[in-house]
Amino acid sequence: MKSIIRMTVNGESVEAAVEPNRTLTQFLREDLGLTGTKHGCGLGDCGACTVILDGSAVNSCLVLAVQANGREVLTIEGLAENGKLHPLQDAFVEKGAIQCGFCTPGMILSAKALLDSTANPTETEIRTAISGNLCRCTGYQKIVQAIQTTAQALQGTEVS
Amino acid sequence: MSELRVLNTRAPRIDAPAKATGRAKYSDDLAMPGMLHAAILQSPLAHAKILHIDTSRVRKLPGVKSVITAKEAGLVKYGVSPARYDETLFAFDKVRYVGDEVAAVAAVDQAAALEALDLIKVDYEELPAVFDMFDAMKEGAPLIHDEFPGNVNAEVHQEFGDAEAAMAQCDLVVDHTFLSKRQDAAFIEPHSCLAHFDLDGRLILYTSTQVPHYVMRTVAMVVQIPVGNVRVVKPYVGGGFGPKSEATPLEMSCAFLARETGKPVKMTYTREQVFLHSRARHQFYAEMSLGVKKDGTMVALKNKAILDGGAYTSFGIATVYYSGSLLGGPYKLKAMKYDGWRVYTNKPACGAQRGHGGVAHRAAFEQLLDITAEKLGIDPIEMRLNNIMTTGDVTINELDMSSLGMKECIEAVRDGSDWKNKKGKLPKGKGIGTACGFFVSGAGYPIYRSDTYHSTVVIKVSEDGGVATVLTGSAEIGQGSDTAMAMIAAETLGIRLSDVRVVSGDTDLSVDLGAYSSRQTLMTGHATKEAAEQIRNKIASYLAQEMDSDPESITFADGIVKFDGKPGNFEKIRSMYIKEHRGWTDPPSGEFLTFREAARLAFLKGGTLVGTGKYKPPRLGGSYKGAAVGTSPAYGCSAQVVEVSVDMETGEITVDDMTDAHDCGLAVNRTQVEGQMQGSLSMGLGECLFEEVKFDSRGRILNASLGEYRIPTALDMPNVKTIIVESGEPNGPYGAKEVGEGAIMPTIPAILNAIYDATGVRVNELPVSSERLFMAMKKQQQQ
Repeated sequence: MKSIIRMTVNGESVEAAVEPNRTLTQFLREDLGLTGTKHGCGLGDCGACTVILDGSAVNSCLVLAVQANGREVLTIEGLAENGKLHPLQDAFVEKGAIQCGFCTPGMILSAKALLDSTANPTETEIRTAISGNLCRCTGYQKIVQAIQTTAQALQGTEVS
Repeated sequence: MSELRVLNTRAPRIDAPAKATGRAKYSDDLAMPGMLHAAILQSPLAHAKILHIDTSRVRKLPGVKSVITAKEAGLVKYGVSPARYDETLFAFDKVRYVGDEVAAVAAVDQAAALEALDLIKVDYEELPAVFDMFDAMKEGAPLIHDEFPGNVNAEVHQEFGDAEAAMAQCDLVVDHTFLSKRQDAAFIEPHSCLAHFDLDGRLILYTSTQVPHYVMRTVAMVVQIPVGNVRVVKPYVGGGFGPKSEATPLEMSCAFLARETGKPVKMTYTREQVFLHSRARHQFYAEMSLGVKKDGTMVALKNKAILDGGAYTSFGIATVYYSGSLLGGPYKLKAMKYDGWRVYTNKPACGAQRGHGGVAHRAAFEQLLDITAEKLGIDPIEMRLNNIMTTGDVTINELDMSSLGMKECIEAVRDGSDWKNKKGKLPKGKGIGTACGFFVSGAGYPIYRSDTYHSTVVIKVSEDGGVATVLTGSAEIGQGSDTAMAMIAAETLGIRLSDVRVVSGDTDLSVDLGAYSSRQTLMTGHATKEAAEQIRNKIASYLAQEMDSDPESITFADGIVKFDGKPGNFEKIRSMYIKEHRGWTDPPSGEFLTFREAARLAFLKGGTLVGTGKYKPPRLGGSYKGAAVGTSPAYGCSAQVVEVSVDMETGEITVDDMTDAHDCGLAVNRTQVEGQMQGSLSMGLGECLFEEVKFDSRGRILNASLGEYRIPTALDMPNVKTIIVESGEPNGPYGAKEVGEGAIMPTIPAILNAIYDATGVRVNELPVSSERLFMAMKKQQQQ
């Protein structure tokens, strides 16, 4: 039995009828076509499906679509504004923080949730914030650098 | 190198913006109207006869469109190496591991497909199973394949020089044994495939693979479609690391079901199925002896290997050869003996994974080197420096080190880590260790016996001259090959990187054997360079005619063309171009002729401007049995120093610092080379400290998830001091060779040697969990 849900996704209001067992990942990817949210394990282990729900980074595979009713969701597709990349996206591109790219959307959104709450994070805070986002390609170093660079840039300090 | 304009820079990857914005499409992101969803029924038993399969109830289930078993799919044998085709798409007489494929269904949605699986009734008669490779070799062990007595899937016996005689002349012979564990590749993107037949009746397969070419061939063979009617397209791929280097039951099932139903069919492995399909790192057992002179000169190596292959061959024959051949360097030896066995067990099949076949034996050998150095009282770095090969050396098993910056790598990590002030001077619980390694830049021979080119490339310039498009079957899987090819094309054509596009991973575009054995930078790179040179020469020839100048005097760089270093009188060409493109937004300007104008002239003279390139290695290696495995046009090499802290109370290990130097010949892209190095170290660290696929007593994987099978997180990896060494490889395009796999070689032994330095305890078994190290320390205390 489907329920009607309403939520804001990337700034636009969305209304849909969904089965009660539909995950937010499935809803975003299959119903809304927002395939930037990746499905890597379905168990909350890998973090590839990370989205920002009311300001917090969550594994969308562990959230039911109905639980997002009335709430605000940001996916990777909503980050760039008018075609201009978000500073985190820019930094990930510039610093070589992206290899296969499968963890990238979730990684960037975890980083955004961190920077939204902690403007000037330490390296340990950065590493902790992305510790639920697995990356098998990069060894994380360039990802951490990209997040550090962004934090500095957003603060208007000198960027090395 | 100073004249390079595009290569050797830190240009951002060309695919990075698409990936950063979520616009990049991976296989599971694709959908087609009317698409069916497929699922595979896998064996719950490790070893059992199939008595009967009843699919009648499934066929009546609403929403189910097709069910296939071995009866429908046939019994075409396939595998990786034609010499050991030992798989059929579906098991027919018996199943050989928990996860062996028995049937597949296509249904209107995923839920219906999964429900259908439950209705397939399979009667099994359980057989005794064997899970341990040593047990599998014992007399009376359950036989997994009738054709392979003793469960020996492959064995290798090689000797170079006279090992016994050489050992007899040594002052010291040291023995060592080592046991690694099965590692999963743990790429974040599970395998996924979408198959459909186009309007011409051709099978189109969108799939997450490293090797579109081999998938095309295998699927054509198994599904029995003429190979010309199969097109494999690789969308973006979320990592491969080896296990995606062969055709999967997922791809073959989708192809079959698409033909059966006339509809597009899609399937994606669950994470558990990724573990079950495996084809990842074998478990290796190594038994080694190293003979040396008193002064530390290495003389002879004896190496025995046993590999747990799982239930099928996959890449395993190559793997068991690599475990021997990849110890031929980078140290000089007078004699080397190798005996290797790959054994079948009732577990998922193992295959190729980063550092194919070489990683565990390299780990054992580099530990052995340290043990020997200690007995002789020689510093481990000095010991290595005293024995290394240099450019031009040929290993005892006839691998030609046409460039080898081994010395530079060792010195770089020694100095970069401040080794001299740390080795032997750290407090208890702190340790420093080193190790080296080398790896192929592409296999010397294709998987199937053939004179085929390993890479061909087409470059096509747009009719306005503004954009060069590289068309290649090579596989971008995250390692950055599209960007590398774009950079090689831009450099060769003398244009900006932003004026190059790459279309890749499509078997319709060119022949390319794919992304395995670290081959694409060198091989696809050569073909790309040749194609670009052809275009540049065509343009120069037309320009020379038009300008009445010598083609040799024409140079291309940064998108502009010079004649004897000067602008030349190109007014006629420019005014013609501007007239032809009146009203367009970007007329050519400046004091020099642009590439765009020159390429437009070439189009007007000769039609669509196309260049083609090709590459295959020359005949390489010796003439002994198995000489092909390990051959390569070039070898990358690396050295690492690792520093660890060990909690002496609990055995907990923290890797504090890693210093890594890798000789990649020429860094096509410096950022990406560093990325490959750092990623390799991360994978090696995981394999060393915590990764192990575990099984219960009935052959079921206990930790088939990324929660219970732990790979390094951002909290486990230190920042790596990354040093690029560039020896200039004569056989590589612009001097480039591999980095993607060789960089993993020293990681495990460098960590193990550092743990020994910290604790005085040698751990001979992976992974070195706190528990294992704690027990080893306790045992030593008691002795």
